Amino acid sequence: MTAPAAADTPAARADRAAPAGRRVRAQAGFETLAVLRNGEQLLVTLIIPVVALIALGRGSFLDVGLGDAERIDVVTPGVLGLAVMAGSLTSQAIATAFDRRNGVLRLLATTPLGRGGLLAGKALAVLAVAALQVVVVSATGLALGWRPDPAGLPGAVLALLLGVAAFTALALLLAGTLRAEAVLAVANLLLVVLAVVGGLVLPVADLPGWWASVAQWLPPGALGEALRASLVDGAFPAAHLAALAAWALVLAAAVRRWFRWSS
Amino acid sequence: MLGQTSSPPAVEVRGLVKRYDGRAVVDGLDLHASPGRVTAVLGPNGAGKTTTVECCEGLRTPDGGTVRVLGLDPVADAGALRPRVGVMLQDAGLPTGVPSLGVLRHVAAMYARPRDVGELAERLGLTPFARTTVRRLSGGQRQRLALATAVVGRPDVVFLDEPSAGMDPQARRAVWSLVEELRSDGVAVLLTTHLMDEAEALADEVAVVDHGRVIAHGSVPALLAGADSSTLTFRTAPGLDLAALGAALTPAGAPASAAVTETGPGSYAVDSPATPALVAALAAWCADRDVLLARVDVGRRTLEDVFLDLTGRNLR
Repeated sequence: MTAPAAADTPAARADRAAPAGRRVRAQAGFETLAVLRNGEQLLVTLIIPVVALIALGRGSFLDVGLGDAERIDVVTPGVLGLAVMAGSLTSQAIATAFDRRNGVLRLLATTPLGRGGLLAGKALAVLAVAALQVVVVSATGLALGWRPDPAGLPGAVLALLLGVAAFTALALLLAGTLRAEAVLAVANLLLVVLAVVGGLVLPVADLPGWWASVAQWLPPGALGEALRASLVDGAFPAAHLAALAAWALVLAAAVRRWFRWSS
Repeated sequence: MLGQTSSPPAVEVRGLVKRYDGRAVVDGLDLHASPGRVTAVLGPNGAGKTTTVECCEGLRTPDGGTVRVLGLDPVADAGALRPRVGVMLQDAGLPTGVPSLGVLRHVAAMYARPRDVGELAERLGLTPFARTTVRRLSGGQRQRLALATAVVGRPDVVFLDEPSAGMDPQARRAVWSLVEELRSDGVAVLLTTHLMDEAEALADEVAVVDHGRVIAHGSVPALLAGADSSTLTFRTAPGLDLAALGAALTPAGAPASAAVTETGPGSYAVDSPATPALVAALAAWCADRDVLLARVDVGRRTLEDVFLDLTGRNLR
């Protein structure tokens, strides 16, 4: 940091701007409300995961490799991953891409919030939405007879946090480099494709051999496997957690390098 | 250079250079704005107005020259500057899915002592569509909301990029009166515009920008006084013989013939001081050829004349 300029005394700053914590909370609340108020966002982040859980958990139209576990016990962790991916990747990529195109990112960067505050607010909003998703999907799962292994809860929470970080970074990378219309298409396509063939909702073991060995180390596969290992078997999925952390770091570095604030 | 004013400049730009893909969009631009004064940056599209303002707002990093706002560097000292600067972007920059007053309240929440949101909304006529989402607002309504977000934090310096674009006359009056109030409160207002009447009505200082440089600056009266203060324009049949008319309008003994230009089909301007004799000569020349003068205007030059003289009449 450079030495503060004459007018940059704590008094001068405190005089005009709201405290930093309040600014970030305001931004987080604003973005969370924006997701919950938007019909399409609500559909992608909450309704589709719940419908998927009910369909996959009750129905038997899709073969899921269960081993000796109950169907709902295998399906629910994958749907938790799907919900989190929808919220932090698809919904966040689309919202940020349109905010970038409409100049919202530039305008907020000129207010006391600044770019750092904007990113912090976004991160909090993503976490708030993810928490809501986990509560809603878990409640639905429990109602359908899901019995997760309590020993796996720490690993599952860690997996969800790292998954949110990796997917949010990927969302920002898309939103900050592509046109808004392209982001709309890519983010939705990624959700559908990766949820099905990425090892997220369906276990990696159900995928063709060569692809299974690749997919389980990509973010969706790593998240799905980590969640199933912890919640079905009560294990601590160190390798898949490490993969998620590595993805989060690499994608965050790419965002730092390539993200553009204006279109 | 402008004369020294008593108060220190709120905005000082010296030798600003900004390139996109190696092409200089702003090329050695000097500008300053003072507290309690409205400074208009006037120029055709693509002249570099928006880029200049964005460098002052800290949204772009200059490739050369210096920019100081309230004595601070807009990029390096952004944290100290942001609470004191209000910005209205050309594309508004408003989130689209949110009720309009919700946006204003949100921006107000970034400041310790913002203006009263309800009062400001009333002032700018935002109240009737307070609950309408930004997406459904008209262009002029959006502009007014964007202006409200620029001033809600009680800034010392306000940057307004084409503030009244797309507004109806009533909305423009409301915007102008708010700008005048900011000026009397001692706020430095820097606005870009290509609306001559806006610059004439509001600006204490005008900087005419073209090809990334300031090509003329000063107060509006000073700019208008720079050339012959009266002009003669007229409308009649298109395609007159300009050379013959120019010769007929030249007073006996004048060193050069008066220049007549056809500024549009059937619209003409005479490039010499409007005198009673000149008007009589024009009428006589037209009568001889049985051409009816549909309209003759003798008027003081407007800022638009100065602007077109400086920046040319070709479309960009």
